[in-house]
Amino acid sequence: MNIALDLHDWFSLFLHFVSLSFLAVGGAITTAPDIHRYLVDEQHWLTHYQFTSSVAIAQGAPGPNVMFVALMGWNVGMNAATGMTPAPTMAYEVMLALLGMLVAMVGIIIPSATLTFFSTQWAHKNRELRGVRAFKSGLAPLVMSLLVATGWLLTGNHDNYAQDWPMWALAAATTVIVWLTKTHLLVLLSIGAVLGALKII
Amino acid sequence: MGEVTALRNTPTSNADLFFSFNWLALQGFGGVLAVVQRELVEKKKWLTLEEFVEDWSVAQILPGPNVINLAIMIGGKYFGWRGALSALVGLLLVPTVLVLFIASAIAGVADSQAMQGALRGMGAVSAGLIMATGIKMLPALKTNPMGFFACSLLAIGTFLAVAIFRLPLAWVLLTLGPIASLWAWRCIRKKESV
Repeated sequence: MNIALDLHDWFSLFLHFVSLSFLAVGGAITTAPDIHRYLVDEQHWLTHYQFTSSVAIAQGAPGPNVMFVALMGWNVGMNAATGMTPAPTMAYEVMLALLGMLVAMVGIIIPSATLTFFSTQWAHKNRELRGVRAFKSGLAPLVMSLLVATGWLLTGNHDNYAQDWPMWALAAATTVIVWLTKTHLLVLLSIGAVLGALKII
Repeated sequence: MGEVTALRNTPTSNADLFFSFNWLALQGFGGVLAVVQRELVEKKKWLTLEEFVEDWSVAQILPGPNVINLAIMIGGKYFGWRGALSALVGLLLVPTVLVLFIASAIAGVADSQAMQGALRGMGAVSAGLIMATGIKMLPALKTNPMGFFACSLLAIGTFLAVAIFRLPLAWVLLTLGPIASLWAWRCIRKKESV
């Protein structure tokens, strides 16, 4: 993909991730549809395939889910380098890709991280206040339930139970095993990968 | 309070925070949350289950990637901004290198049937991990000031709204959140006035 990014474009890219940072209630993955709208549909800085594979790779790799944003920034930088004439050196390409990654990650993390730091420092100092305790206790059952709901939604698309039942069985079995035993999570993930690669699920 | 602190460990230094979150991130395929509970609550005992549920609720309701929020809260609680930064960098540094490495390594085979199958299988397992993390938080609700019954109602309502009716998360949190917090506030006040 050949694109050209000027300084103003880099700044717009940064600002877009900054605004998403404040909207990402419930996790970074909830902003994925809006990132697609902006980067793929509106600006054409990223292909749809680059978008979907960034999400899939970040899910399959170790680390927080937000790593998909790093991969997208990297790809935008790469695309900008391939759009240059004359073709830049490899080192320059990698530098632009790193710049894209940095812009995206700093944009999505630093604003919300700063807000979190100052508000939780305040809340920790005032943790005996009834309002602070009520806020935390009130939200606890909601959050517990959100996790179950997230797992439920991630298990598969919910329109083909006849075909997808092995996925459901695997997710349910994992739930019970993790709940009741101390089996290492990497062991479970490897089993899932092997079952998937062999087309058993 | 003395008894609670006796049961609990604390991170010893910024380096301890950095390496602990590093280790967490490396184990966290498909998200880090399930590992956070196991490592920080069950193994290291930096947090009790109740504290974890409370901190996690706050990390979730504040904007931003939630495991990152949690790292900042835990790091910040013990060592201020230096602790928050150590935990944050620990969480992100190695995964960033790894994800770029993996992306370039599988660029050729990402489309293959086996690779897609493996990603599918890992996806189902990580979905199960997340559900189990939620279920394991149940015991913490027993000490919730709202009582187990009100908590169950709120949990069921949230699940129906998000998983079955697919309502936008922001709406669900902005309606049920204030109701739950006000109810908790009432319950705490009632208990303290007795």
